[in-house]
Amino acid sequence: MTRGNPFRAPSSRKRRKVSKWGDRIFLALTAVGAAGVIGILVALVVVLYHGSLPIINALGIKFLYTQTWNPYGNVYGIVPFAIGTLLTSAIALLIAIPLSIGAAIFLTQHAPTWLREPVAQVVQLLAAIPSVVYGFWGLIVLVPIMRYDVDPILANVLGWTGWFSGRHIGLDVLTASVVLSIMTVPTITAISKDSMMAVPRSQKEAAISLGATDWEVTRRAVIPYARGGIIAGVVLGLGRALGETMAVTLVIGNANVIPTSLFSQGQTIASLIANDFFEQETPLELPALLEAALFLLIITLAVNIVARWILARFEAGRAVGAE
Amino acid sequence: MKFNRATRRKLFSHGMTVLTGATVVLVLIPLFWIIYESAILGASVFSLGFFTQNIPAPCSPHPGVTCSTNGVGSAIQGTVYLLLLAALWAVPVGLGAAIFAVEYGGERAIARVISMAADVLSGVPSIVAGMFIYALLIVYYPLLVFSVISGSLALGVIMLPIVMRTSEEALRTIPHSVREAALALGISRWKTSVRIILVAAMPGVLTGVLLSIARAAGEAAPLLLLDNGSLHPCMSVDTVCQSLSLTIYLGATSPSQNWVSIAWGAALILVILVLGLSIVSQLVLNRTARKWGQVG
Amino acid sequence: MAIPSVGVKMDVQHLSAFYGEHRAIEDISIPMADREVTAIIGPSGCGKSTLIRCLNRLHETAPKTRVEGSVFLDGDDLYRLDPTVVRRRVGMVFQKPNPFATMSIYNNVSAPLRFNSRPSREVMDQTVLRALKQAALWEEVRDRLDSAATSLSGGQQQRLCIARALAADPEVLLMDEPCSALDPIATSKIEDLISQLKSNYTVIIVTHNMQQAARVSDNTAFLYLGKLIEFGPTEELFERPKEKLTESYITGRFG
Repeated sequence: MTRGNPFRAPSSRKRRKVSKWGDRIFLALTAVGAAGVIGILVALVVVLYHGSLPIINALGIKFLYTQTWNPYGNVYGIVPFAIGTLLTSAIALLIAIPLSIGAAIFLTQHAPTWLREPVAQVVQLLAAIPSVVYGFWGLIVLVPIMRYDVDPILANVLGWTGWFSGRHIGLDVLTASVVLSIMTVPTITAISKDSMMAVPRSQKEAAISLGATDWEVTRRAVIPYARGGIIAGVVLGLGRALGETMAVTLVIGNANVIPTSLFSQGQTIASLIANDFFEQETPLELPALLEAALFLLIITLAVNIVARWILARFEAGRAVGAE
Repeated sequence: MKFNRATRRKLFSHGMTVLTGATVVLVLIPLFWIIYESAILGASVFSLGFFTQNIPAPCSPHPGVTCSTNGVGSAIQGTVYLLLLAALWAVPVGLGAAIFAVEYGGERAIARVISMAADVLSGVPSIVAGMFIYALLIVYYPLLVFSVISGSLALGVIMLPIVMRTSEEALRTIPHSVREAALALGISRWKTSVRIILVAAMPGVLTGVLLSIARAAGEAAPLLLLDNGSLHPCMSVDTVCQSLSLTIYLGATSPSQNWVSIAWGAALILVILVLGLSIVSQLVLNRTARKWGQVG
Repeated sequence: MAIPSVGVKMDVQHLSAFYGEHRAIEDISIPMADREVTAIIGPSGCGKSTLIRCLNRLHETAPKTRVEGSVFLDGDDLYRLDPTVVRRRVGMVFQKPNPFATMSIYNNVSAPLRFNSRPSREVMDQTVLRALKQAALWEEVRDRLDSAATSLSGGQQQRLCIARALAADPEVLLMDEPCSALDPIATSKIEDLISQLKSNYTVIIVTHNMQQAARVSDNTAFLYLGKLIEFGPTEELFERPKEKLTESYITGRFG
């Protein structure tokens, strides 16, 4: 049982009343912000789905496996663009991964400490350059080089694989992949670098004390430990590559067909939307583009979520194993 | 020298060191190449008038005709309006979400949900954001579908997660002891959040805003859909206006030589802008980290 | 339980506090005498910090915390009042000095005024002067009130925090191990300070330093594993402890 204090008269000090309204309004305002972030994410899916309903109702699941895109014939299939997207992203990663991991290795294992952060930050500037600038530069500077210098060599040396067949005009899947690879490098490098820096010294010392060379330490102690983070970085880079629009649409040749060689003109889902948006001749074309946008949204979100999940698991595993 | 296995391993290791060093150089080549091309080709059209005069009619030089590369004044104006309108809604919402996550969410699950939502949102392709706003407005406000306003809505969607995450990081660097000191003085919760914590985190917050603006300034994909087609100076924000990023696209897709040159000028402006803002923000973030180490 | 002969300023009754499921302090009742120094001692983990943080309702700002029981200040149940009001009547100084790093000395001390009541410049100047003098810091900083608070030494920063707390004109001043981050000279300056402060304020101090408790306090409470073992006038508790546990702690057999 509680009782009041019998010894003392109430304090005679005058205190100003404190209003609860400041705190309440503030809580409400910030909660609106929080709800906004989550709400926009949800709205993205809902609105795009709603806009695609006409074509979902008309074609249903056929949209996902039809191999042609012909608005006049009311034939809409995402396959050519899904292939274009996957192909360009895959080749971009093929080029970017060794370069990025190599750079991360040099920065964390070999570069002097004072050089590491400045150079890493310069590499990050690659991520700051706008996509349209990459596309413009790619078109004006890179395409002629690909067309007249690089492609002939590739056709000669690797033509037997069948991937480098056909006329090469420089505006093709290959050039788009090269531009994409440059844009993906900063993402993979940054996360790989952070992951490698998180490798505890004890791991490296164990390898060194067994007489391993620098490279062997990297290969057998650092990279396996940092593997989770590196993979997360690659997947995150993939997510970026999947959604790139301007850089791709300016150099890929904009042909709504399945590419048959790396020198083919092609189209990604993102470049399709950019390219065909203003050519809506038939009534189903806009909903089809909206469904393409929804499709792209879902795969980029999924890839992003997977990447962050891998990263979270990697960081949790580190915390558990840390000394 | 004995060419035994040990030496071979050492040589290989040295070789790999050189190889990885080469990759750093390789990776940086495109960066400097783009900066170089933009500088050379862009600066050639630079003049005082370049920033104020408007985009001229397209033309390609041939005998008897000189083409003007007047300027990108209308584009700069359009970009400024876009960024202002986008920041107008994206910064308060992002900052509010960050404050909510840090002050009211703290360590709880709700804070992580909001952070995760922002991270996921940052992975949305900008063209998808453009289509989203298009689909939204065509139903609810068709008059505004093609305008600076709708472009700014899409750009805001891009800016929002950047503002939110950088503000959240900035707020979280303020040590708990500061909050406790303020609360223990009987300062109300909202004043502690705004006038003490937020003020202390302001450099980081502003940096985030600047970074988001740099990112939005370079975006072209949503504008291609929503704010495309005009060459004239911006009359009002409920119509379509030119922008720097679309000027580049214009130059890329046009056969007219003067438009290509103008596009390089616009590209140089954007490159200077984003590189400058990136460097400034790095410096600010480094300074702030040092200041809080001096307490106690 | 010894009831002090002077008035009771702050009456803790059957107080328990929880972090989630873990009970940090259990059924603690202590009458804190008006304008006297009450020390709370005990080994690490005994709950003394938790206890003192319940007295200005700072404990509940941590996640998943809960409090049972009551704390009365001049008859007002602190847990029925607005926490912000409570903290204006009950000030606190922390273990690690925490001046606002982005503010000057003057702005630190005047912070409670600037944020809470917004008086005129004159009133602020007077209050800052009064508070800095009470904290025995005035002479050292009078010429550099506008310089950064972080330019002060550790001991000076702590006195700055005391001045800041006093500027808010509290009735009770809580001190959570105020000297543990300071060197011996700074410590003794603050101990002198405490003896002067009690003429105007009720002081409650948590300390892991028994000699300090013996030096500065009028009453002492000994806590062990979250429970109050013994409470009484300092001299009695140290020279003629009633509980075996108290005696063991005081003679250094543990803690």
